[in-house]
Amino acid sequence: MKIAVTSTGKDFQSQTDPRFGRCANFIIYDTETGILKVYPNSAAEAAGGAGSQATQAVADAGAEVVITGNLGPNAARALQEIRIPVYRFGSGTVTEAIEKFRAGKLELIQGPTVASHHGTKKG
Amino acid sequence: MILAVASGKGGTGKTLVATNLARVLGKVRLLDCDVEEPNAHIFLNPEITQKIEVGIPVPRIDESSCTYCGRCAEVCAYHAIVVARHKVLIFPELCHGCGGCAPECPVEAISEVERPIGVVELGKAAEIEFGHGVLNVGELSGVRLIKELKKQMKGGLEMVILDAPPGASCPTVESVRNADYCLLVTEPTPFGLYDLSLAVKFLREMRMPRGVVINRAGLGNDDKLKDFCRGEDLPVLAEIPFDRKIAEIYSRGGLIVEQIPEYRIVFQDLAKRILEHK
Repeated sequence: MKIAVTSTGKDFQSQTDPRFGRCANFIIYDTETGILKVYPNSAAEAAGGAGSQATQAVADAGAEVVITGNLGPNAARALQEIRIPVYRFGSGTVTEAIEKFRAGKLELIQGPTVASHHGTKKG
Repeated sequence: MILAVASGKGGTGKTLVATNLARVLGKVRLLDCDVEEPNAHIFLNPEITQKIEVGIPVPRIDESSCTYCGRCAEVCAYHAIVVARHKVLIFPELCHGCGGCAPECPVEAISEVERPIGVVELGKAAEIEFGHGVLNVGELSGVRLIKELKKQMKGGLEMVILDAPPGASCPTVESVRNADYCLLVTEPTPFGLYDLSLAVKFLREMRMPRGVVINRAGLGNDDKLKDFCRGEDLPVLAEIPFDRKIAEIYSRGGLIVEQIPEYRIVFQDLAKRILEHK
């Protein structure tokens, strides 16, 4: 299974990024091969449409599950319709996020958790 | 002549200048291109006689022939299409209606449907032929609506005044495009001057003849503003003083040229100077 984690950095020890559409990187971890791949998020600085663009990116990368902090309305709709379940992880490292997910300790996100353009706010 | 009234900074007095100028000129057509918040009608009280619904073409996918190749999502600059393995998603509110996706589809699975974004309203206010666009709340871009409104530029009248939205981005550029002359309304404040310099920049790129009206003259750094105009070779065609009476009449939705005789003269002179630039 390929797990996508939104991340501020590029490895297992990086902090996760609470934003989905405007996260810095997607880290895709393949549980079968143990291989970690980093996809810089080209939507991070987008004026609009970041949620749909990021969804396209994780779908193209073959992710079957997404772990992130928050979802905007477009991303929530897109991920739900293409049947990629999204799990909520507060804060910590990519490793902690994956471990918690595997232990069944992450809660499923059912819809948007923030309004449109939330991820453009700083700080 | 097609005259655009623009500014850069919002609230400098574009509509004040456009509506009062229209009134002294008499038989003109005034098109309020600020479709996000049109307000010229408040001063002219036109009787609206015609409404034209305006929409943008949004893609519709025939999933029975779609191969999920993803080409449409790839070409969409606004990320309004997401293609997954067995699913295509359209985000109509992200779509700008550019029409780029349909011709790119290798199996012709994309057709276009109209999505309404607003309405163009036309009417008359005494001698003035009036038109404006009203963009639906929540819409991202009014450019298509401005294009539709500007079709009304044609048709016999000697003067068409375009009241442009503030700013220096797509809706402003679309409003000003194809005008013969652009009047920039500014105010002697640091913000007015800075935003004027942005407007001058895009007008220079468009090679648009231009001049300035200083509104609220005497309010602040008038000298700096005039230095800038001299340096840019921008003629100052009129100065409207910072006068409480103007604010009072404006806030009641009145026209200063109808209520204060000296402003009637100021606007007549302004009209004359603009026509000299023809």
